[in-house]
Formats: sequence, structure tokens, C-alpha cells
Amino acid sequence: MNIEQGAELAVVQYNDKNGKDCVTIKKFDSQGKPDVAPGLARQLVTDKKIIGIVGPPFSGESEAANPIFNDAGIPLITPSATRVSLSSHGWKVFHRAVANDGAQGPGAANYIKNVLKATKVFVADDQSAYGAGLADVVKSTLGSLVAGTDKTDADGKQTDFSATVNKIVQSGATAFFYGGYYQNAGLLRKQLTAANWKGTLVAGDGVDDPGYATAAGNDAAAGTIVTCPCSPASKAGGSFVGDYKTKWGVDAGTYSDVAYDAMNIFLKGIDGGNTTPDKMLSYINSVNYSGVANTYKFTSTGELDPSLIKVWAFKFGTDGKTAPDQEIPKS
Amino acid sequence: MNFVGLLHSLGPLSIAGLAQGAIYALFALGYTLVYGVLRLINFAHSEVFLMGAYAALNVWGLFSLNQNSATPATVVVIGLLMLGLVAAIIASGATALVVELVAYRPLRRRNAPPLAFLITAIGASLVISEATGVFTHRSITGVPPLIRPADVVTFGNLHITNLQVLIIVLALVMMFGLDRFINTTRLGRGIRAVAQNPDSAALMGVNKNRVISLVFLLGGLMAGVAAVMYVLKIGTVKFDAGFDLGIVAFTAAVLGGIGNLRGALLGGLLLGVVENYAAEVFGTEYRRVIVFVLLIGVLMFLPTGLLGESLGKARA
Repeated sequence: MNIEQGAELAVVQYNDKNGKDCVTIKKFDSQGKPDVAPGLARQLVTDKKIIGIVGPPFSGESEAANPIFNDAGIPLITPSATRVSLSSHGWKVFHRAVANDGAQGPGAANYIKNVLKATKVFVADDQSAYGAGLADVVKSTLGSLVAGTDKTDADGKQTDFSATVNKIVQSGATAFFYGGYYQNAGLLRKQLTAANWKGTLVAGDGVDDPGYATAAGNDAAAGTIVTCPCSPASKAGGSFVGDYKTKWGVDAGTYSDVAYDAMNIFLKGIDGGNTTPDKMLSYINSVNYSGVANTYKFTSTGELDPSLIKVWAFKFGTDGKTAPDQEIPKS
Repeated sequence: MNFVGLLHSLGPLSIAGLAQGAIYALFALGYTLVYGVLRLINFAHSEVFLMGAYAALNVWGLFSLNQNSATPATVVVIGLLMLGLVAAIIASGATALVVELVAYRPLRRRNAPPLAFLITAIGASLVISEATGVFTHRSITGVPPLIRPADVVTFGNLHITNLQVLIIVLALVMMFGLDRFINTTRLGRGIRAVAQNPDSAALMGVNKNRVISLVFLLGGLMAGVAAVMYVLKIGTVKFDAGFDLGIVAFTAAVLGGIGNLRGALLGGLLLGVVENYAAEVFGTEYRRVIVFVLLIGVLMFLPTGLLGESLGKARA
């Protein structure tokens, strides 16, 4: 919804400027389901008027639908699918306008090192691909700052963390990175607070869930930092935030600004006379576009140029909700 | 392997382990009581516990308390704890009785083979836990902070909190009470008689069905207390909370000697402490590995568990 409205806003503004209905937007609703997406994708590629796609928004459906787009040669820019492996399939049409999940590890480590300025850090994970992956990157980035490590059971499979809590307290760490999801993280935070540990818990976007505050209680949850390979839409540049609110009556949500930019990349391509999928693809591959959320330049695998990747820190407040804290400095 | 860490943290790890072990122990009593009398494992016991936990939460919810409420005044807290305990005991006891009535008694009447009991027990367990999952949308429920942990004893790096003391003391009191009940009262004598020899007991005029119901009720009672201790300690409940705890508690019952009340206490406390030591030395991910290696090791030399004496033979 955020994404669709962001993209549509770009088209509406374009058409207002260039006379009615120069460009039309055609919507396909996959409901985010990997089993629905391929059917829609096949339908989409038969429409010869479509020269570019903003989406698909989710990683699971991307895995299912992108091969079809790739065979048809229709360029796509996803504003929000962040699974790392998406760029490793060799899809020549694939572009990602945000950082991938892999950017979170270095981001979290940099936050701990440069913002919290912690000198002793405890790192634990839940042995999942996501959690252990994040924790390993954090460990290697922090190096000698790591004061201790541990591994818990999978999310929701462990409730008593007294041994881990004891290790964290005894290690003297002032920051604790947890690679995992919100249930374990919430219980850990609650039990750490109960053991009178006053340091900061830092985690990836798997913890950015209201369930975290339910498990920990709002008081204990307050102050927890979660990273996101995204920027808050409210911080987007230009008149985007106001335009979005005027058009849709709601505040711009996560990734709506990126979708807006992605659509504008296509529109600018059309202005440049790239009106076939082939021409559009080679145009996007060499684009260097400054939008409201970021500047976009893609590598040969379709990822954002590393120098353009943004990772933001969000902080849990006493109301149990997250709010943007700051963009994490790169070093 | 971190043996230095273990030596350094021996105090805090032992206390935290005893508090967790106390919950295992009360939980394990349910398995041991039923096994002592019926020679079958009540796998639905984990849901007997679960119902107690939700009952306590619902009662506190009536006072519109949740995980974000402030801690009420001490007098109010004591009242709320009592109410929670009563609600949990009633819910757990009732669940245990219903499970006995629906899943076991009809089978017993038809002399069903032991395997049939096993599968109806697992069935009852899944029915209750999955139904709870549907009703709660499989999400976690937070617990009001009735007891703010505060240190009552501080000695070096050893901090004993009020909650840990409460849990351990409450478990020992419940355990002592149950032990006295089984060993000195008339009803307790009935339980021991049926455990020793059901047929002779029936001939001597013991009502077997009533004894069995009583045993389930007692197990439910203990599970209800364990449930309140659990929600206070952990701070959340989920529909599958009983499952993992049930496996560990069952292990504790076997370790101590299934059918033996004091064995369940010993097994529970021991498991709680061993889990914590193992987590410190090898890492938390290995704690269950070590626990089951210990169980197998003990059973190799003491096949009936540490105190391997059945309920019937237990002497005061």
C-alpha cells in the first residue's frame, strides 16, 4: 500500500506536468504470496505496453516472479525486497533501490561502536540463518570489543534465559547485540532488566515488532535500537512528505519514498526516449538519479552502489513503538 | 569451554537454576503422581499447567493489569497473588480432572492397552494447546509486573532477588505439604494403597476411581502453583509454553525416579542447576544436550532414577 501509493504519486505528478495520461500505471496484486505472484507475472509479461515494473515488494514473491520478468526482459526496480540472495540469481532485469539485509550487520556494529561508543559488547544469536548471519558480521566488525558470546534456542522455543543473562551481566558489557527475532529478544530484555542490567540492546529488523514490547513490557523495551536497511519516509527530501499527505490523506509509510523514486527513474527514462523494455534496461543500468530518499546508481548485480547504502537506527519509545533515531554513520 | 566462568559465577547460576528448577519440580510432581498410581504418563499435564497460567493472567486482567501497568502497593500485590494462585489452581485442577474423565476413564473402563492411553493423552494435549493457540491468535501475552525484582541478599556477584526467594520457598512449602498429605492422611494412605496394588486396595474398600481423580487433582494443584511462578518469572505466556517445560519436567521426574515425590523435587532442582552450569561452560545451545547426557548416564547405573522408589513403597 505504501509502495503503491508512492509510485502512483510519481505518475500523477508526471501526468499533471506533461498533459493527461501520458503514462498509465497498471497494478497487479499478488497479496505478497509467492504462489500468486507467478500467475500475475505471466499475465503481466503478455501486456506489451509495460516497459518497467516497480516491485515486487516482498522477497518471497520476488524469488517466484522475477525469473518470469527476466525471461521477458522487462526491467524491474524493487523498493523493498531485501533478501540478500535476490541479487545472486543473475537476473539481468533486477534492481534493488534499497540496501539488502546484509547491510544491517555492519550498520548495527557501527552504531554500537560509533554512536553508543561501547567498549565491551556481548553478542548472541538464535542459531537461525538470519540471526546467526547478522551476529557473525557484528562480531567480525567489532573484533576485540566483543566481551562474550552465546547462542540461544530458536525464537519462541526458549523462555528462561538466566544463563545468558548471567553471562551478559558478568561480562561487564554495556551493549548487547542479539541476532534473532522479537520474542526471544523481548524476553531477554525483560530478564536483563530484572537482573538490573542497564545497557542497550541492539538488534536487526526481526525485532522491530510490537510483540517485542509485549514480551519485554514497554518500560524495559524503551531504548532498544533496531536497525533497518531503509530510511524513514518522513525524512525524505523535497516536497514528497507534504505531497504524499495531500494526495492520500495519510503519512508516507516505509518504502513509499523509495517507490516514488523508483517510479521517477522509469519516468525519466521515458522522457529520454527509452520506450522499449530493452532501451529502458540499459538506461537503468547506467542511471545516476537523485531522488527524494536517496541517490540511485546500480552495480552489475542490480544492487545499489555500496557508497549509497543507507541503514537507519530506530528506537523503541516508552509507548512500545519504534521511532526513527538516526542514520547510522558508515564508519 | 569456560570452567573459569563457571567457578566465577557459581553463586548466581546456582540460584537462578534453583528457581527455574523449582518450577520443573512442581511440574514434575504431576507426572510422578499419575505414574505412581496408574503406571501411565499423562502427556496432557503440560496443558494442565498452561490453563493455570492463562487463568492467573485472566484474573489479573479483570483488574485491567497488563505488562505495562505499574506495580501496585504491596498489600494489593499480595491479594492479587493469592487470587492468581487460587484461579490457577482451580483452572489447572479442573483441567486435570476433565482430562482424566474424558481421555482416561472411558479407556480404563474398557481395559484399553497402554498405547491407547498414550495417544489419547497426546491428543488431549494437542487439542487444548492448539485451541488456546487459535483463541490467542498464537501471540504472546504479557504478564503484569506484580513483583519488581529487587535484591534481598547481595554477596560478591551473587544477587538473590525477592522473586527467586519466593519461588524456591513456595515450591518447598508445596512439596512438604504434599509429602505430608500422601504419607499421613487417610486419603494419602488410599493413594499409596492403590499405587502398591490396585486390586488388593479395591478389595480392602478403597474407591479406585476416587483415588485416581484425587491424584489428577493434586497434580493439577501443583501445576497451578508452578504456572503462577512461571508467569511471574518469565513474564509472558504463549499457547505452546507448556510443551517445552513439560518435556523437561518429565525428564526431571524420570531422573529423580518416576513415581517418587521426593525424586521429582530432586530431579527438578538438579535439572535447573545443571542446565545453567552447562549453559555457562559449553554455551546455552548445549544445555539440553548436557541434560540428556546426564539423564542417560544416571539411568545406566540407576535404572529407576536417583531415588528410584515408587510412590507405594515410600515411607515417611
